[in-house]
Amino acid sequence: MSDPLAFLDADGRRLRDLPDFASDGETLKALYAAMVRTRSFDTKAISLQRTGRLGTYASSLGQEAISVGVVGAMQDADVFLPSFREHGGQLWRGVTLEELFLYWGGDERGNDFAGPRQDFPVCIPVASQFPHAAGVALAMQQKGERGVAVAVGGDGATSKGDFYESLNVVGTWQLPAVFVINNNEWAISVPRKEQTRARRLADKAVAAGIPGEQVDGNDVIAVREATTRALSRARAGKGGTLIECLSYRLGDHTTADDASRYRDEAEVSLHWKREPLTRLRNHLVEAHGWSKENEEALLRSCGDEIDAAAEAYLATEAESPGAMFAHLYASPPREISAQAEEFGDD
Amino acid sequence: MTDMTMIEAIRTALGRALQDDADVVLFGEDVGIDGGVFRATDGLIQRFGAARVRDTPLSETVIAGMAVGAAAHGLKPVAEIQFMGFLYPAIDQLANHAARLRNRTRGRLSCPMVLRAPYGGGIKAPEHHSESMEAMLAHIPGLRVVIPSTPARAYGLLLAAIRNPDPVVFLEPKRLYRALSEPVSDDGLALPIGEAVLEREGGDVTLVSWGAMLMETRAATDMLASEGIEAELIDLSSLKPIDRETVRTSVEKTGRCVIIHEAPLTAGLGAEISADLAEHCLTSLLAPIYRVAGYDTVMPYPRLEDHYMPSAVRILRAVHNVMEFE
Ligand SMILES: Cc1ncc(C[n+]2csc(CCOP(=O)(O)OP(=O)(O)O)c2C)c(N)n1
Ligand SMILES: [Mg+2]
Repeated sequence: MSDPLAFLDADGRRLRDLPDFASDGETLKALYAAMVRTRSFDTKAISLQRTGRLGTYASSLGQEAISVGVVGAMQDADVFLPSFREHGGQLWRGVTLEELFLYWGGDERGNDFAGPRQDFPVCIPVASQFPHAAGVALAMQQKGERGVAVAVGGDGATSKGDFYESLNVVGTWQLPAVFVINNNEWAISVPRKEQTRARRLADKAVAAGIPGEQVDGNDVIAVREATTRALSRARAGKGGTLIECLSYRLGDHTTADDASRYRDEAEVSLHWKREPLTRLRNHLVEAHGWSKENEEALLRSCGDEIDAAAEAYLATEAESPGAMFAHLYASPPREISAQAEEFGDD
Repeated sequence: MTDMTMIEAIRTALGRALQDDADVVLFGEDVGIDGGVFRATDGLIQRFGAARVRDTPLSETVIAGMAVGAAAHGLKPVAEIQFMGFLYPAIDQLANHAARLRNRTRGRLSCPMVLRAPYGGGIKAPEHHSESMEAMLAHIPGLRVVIPSTPARAYGLLLAAIRNPDPVVFLEPKRLYRALSEPVSDDGLALPIGEAVLEREGGDVTLVSWGAMLMETRAATDMLASEGIEAELIDLSSLKPIDRETVRTSVEKTGRCVIIHEAPLTAGLGAEISADLAEHCLTSLLAPIYRVAGYDTVMPYPRLEDHYMPSAVRILRAVHNVMEFE
């Protein structure tokens, strides 16, 4: 059994030759900036929630490299189907900060993003996005598109039938789909080892007859490289891939959770030493002249942009309540129009 | 016009839809070379190929969930669940995704899919093969639920379901698959979803029913006519939305109503119709509204099945009760 694919160790030292894309400093800086932007968004979202200005929020702290690495390898015409923890991926794809705030602030318009119109909104019922990815991939195959459907779910999601059943059809029909597992070691309070006796979640691909690969999910270069390979396999008509990204949930499950009830601070501290931003920053400093000034400028611009987006979100009025009737059906049945009329919104 | 049974009408509508629209795809268990366990898709794989008529692996979650994904990405999937008793895993995808995708994306994505399933008893099938759980589905906001009761209505409503821009559950009364035939023309014309069919006019009592129960209800109206009671007969056809206006108009005329369904009584759609009439037609009512329904029991095995199914005799008894009410 091979070790998880990794290019940088926890301190940012090169473990082996980097893939071609990663020799380009600008590409790596863009990945780093995307991860920093995601983390800044996270910080802001939590503070808005704590002050009663955002709904329950699922932090992606510590897992930024997964989402950013995965979508960084995707093309515009591909379709991204995220779980509720993949903000970094959504942002990279072009969903705006303001739209994300709207969604987590309890406004459906956050899912009507202007950006990647074909991407799916966040999926809350765990693992139920995987069958959708199979369906999108089927549509792509059928219509002769060269796109790939890319779904991300958690370690807990791999215990669901939805996951196995759709992985199976991806294998059977050689569908152009990539399933990514964000293995952050926890499903709320249930640790990874209580989720399954399987040694690696990637091994679940064996049952579907497709390749399953484990990567260091805190190494954005590894995530992107593994995804790039999986996407080109899919585009070449060779079917799907399962990628398990090893990472760790440094925060609570959501803002409604208190992880100190079920896990040791020592474990969390240990994982802080492996988090994804530091190692890439160290590498950028060492290999691409990333300076303190660069770092400060990036933090400042992320902060400014996010503050502005939060202001815009907070200034956005709620939809008129009649909107709850307006979008259910392309043409509402009389029952709905009658209830809308009775409700009597403007 | 050709004489067709309901199964032939369904097959004809599916063929028509595949022919007319390259985005229509069929998938489900055994729908390919086997033509479906009831032969609804017989011959379609030969005409349209294995890419458009697909045997799926055995997974209801995938059948429903893949339909959601494919529909959102531009196909018009017509997915089959082999029997309604196996539809429960698909409810997650129907309720949590298919029915809400348009709403939760404010129209950015939509889900023009059809989920077909044979339902109901009366063919002495094994356990789990005979349930009528349409009310569970009709309770889900954002769905449409349709049940035809004749070959021609099956043809027209299935085409309407496939062309509908939103998800439709199309439940097929399997007892009627081959029980009756009538002339159906493969003219590609859809029937409107959400409109009940006034099958027979009468001034004494309104009978509302759907699906296979129309058999017993039609028989009951004939018997009532011989007694001098003129029943008005409505085939609801669409369980969501319900054509409340047609039912109300009829009951305003007759003042009496009996609702007949095979599904269990409690929280069945008869309760919804009854409540609607109580709210809107109270002053027209000359008698309480009666429901003749399946019992709140598990569907019995074939040996006792006939005792579960509402019979024409039970319908007559209910009508006599409302006619004699003082
Ligand atoms: C089907 C389903 N069951 C339960 C929940 C409640 N829930 C939300 S997240 C979660 C844990 C998910 O764990 P995992 O898949 O590892 O993803 P993570 O939250 O760690 O990203 C649970 C149980 C849900 N959303 N969906
Ligand atoms: Mg997890």
